[in-house]
Amino acid sequence: MIIEETIEEKIWEALREVQDPEIPVLSLVDLGMISQIDCDKSNKVKVFMTPTFTGCPAINIMKTMIVMKLAEHGFEETEVIIDTENTWNTDKISEEGKQKLIKFGIAAPHKKSCMVEMSDLQDVPCPHCGSSSTTLRSPFGSTLCRAMHYCNSCRQSFEQFKPL
Amino acid sequence: MKNLLLKMADDALIIGHRNSEWTGIGPVLEEDIAFSSMSQDKIGHAWALYRILNEELGGGDPDMVAFNRAAKDFTCCHLVEYPAGEYDFSLVRHFLMDKAEYHRYNLLLQSSFVPLANLAKKVKGELKYHVMHAETWMRQLANGSEESKARMQTALNIAYPIAFSLFEKQEDEAQMIADKVFVGEDALLSIWQEDVHNAIESYGLKVPTNFDSAPFMGGRKGYHTEYLEPLLKEMTEVFSIDPNAEW
Repeated sequence: MIIEETIEEKIWEALREVQDPEIPVLSLVDLGMISQIDCDKSNKVKVFMTPTFTGCPAINIMKTMIVMKLAEHGFEETEVIIDTENTWNTDKISEEGKQKLIKFGIAAPHKKSCMVEMSDLQDVPCPHCGSSSTTLRSPFGSTLCRAMHYCNSCRQSFEQFKPL
Repeated sequence: MKNLLLKMADDALIIGHRNSEWTGIGPVLEEDIAFSSMSQDKIGHAWALYRILNEELGGGDPDMVAFNRAAKDFTCCHLVEYPAGEYDFSLVRHFLMDKAEYHRYNLLLQSSFVPLANLAKKVKGELKYHVMHAETWMRQLANGSEESKARMQTALNIAYPIAFSLFEKQEDEAQMIADKVFVGEDALLSIWQEDVHNAIESYGLKVPTNFDSAPFMGGRKGYHTEYLEPLLKEMTEVFSIDPNAEW
């Protein structure tokens, strides 16, 4: 039992080193994209990943990154399975992940996914100066998961990881 | 049930490709990005549906299904085939279509076909942003200048009758309802109409009356507008050079 726990922990540790290609300060674990891991006796690993957006173009590269990273950590055979049963939403981003996002200059999604209304996208705190006097410019941004806002206080545009 | 998934996928793929024509030439940068992002979402939805068809229902490889079929084998509706036109038409079509898509996926949350119900959970959240985008611009332009209002009304008069093609039934409709896969096109149509009519009136526009939507039917049976063939030709241009290429 004890041995199995350490192996699982080793896998999670390796996964924590796999960064999101679009937001390189966040790992796939911070994002809550890994829904389950599994390792059999012959060290064959299965990683279940739930994509953030259906049309995310980074899915295949992330699969490759996971396989390579686990190989670095001594797991020669890894299969990444797209988990379609567990739906990802922004509540799955860890608190630590949200703090990292803000430091990176992207406003964090607030906790109430699934109930997103237009008003939830107004007055998003600016990641640069903290002001809440901000305006939504567009619910779409440089990647599928971001919206664009403008801060009326520091007069800067900023992006938000939009709640989903 | 295959019919339902295939037509939904084909609608998403074709509108995704069509709206991506705005990439690089949108009227303002934000709109360029918005249409590009929504197109990317749509193609993602198509991909997910082709994958369910492939994995659960014995359909072909998703790439082959998307890029290697004759026009008559597509079951997309006429609404998605029409050229992008002016921005007013693209915007109104986006409004009419995404309202329908949103309600369709909302109803599919209850589907007895679990893979589809699971997908609906995910897609519905994404479509919320599409609807939000459409509503914002409909409201803004309907209440802008005299010209913008007139253009939105004209675009609505043209697009609205074509939008009924979204709800054209297929032969296995009754079976699908009986199996609780989907509540059916009639149920969806009435929900859509109520929502869309309220919205149109709230923008100060008029819901078109006295129109005939019959000429726009047939897409679900493989009878398409003259616009689909050229779109497919362009969409599959690279793929057709070497269909067996490794990407």
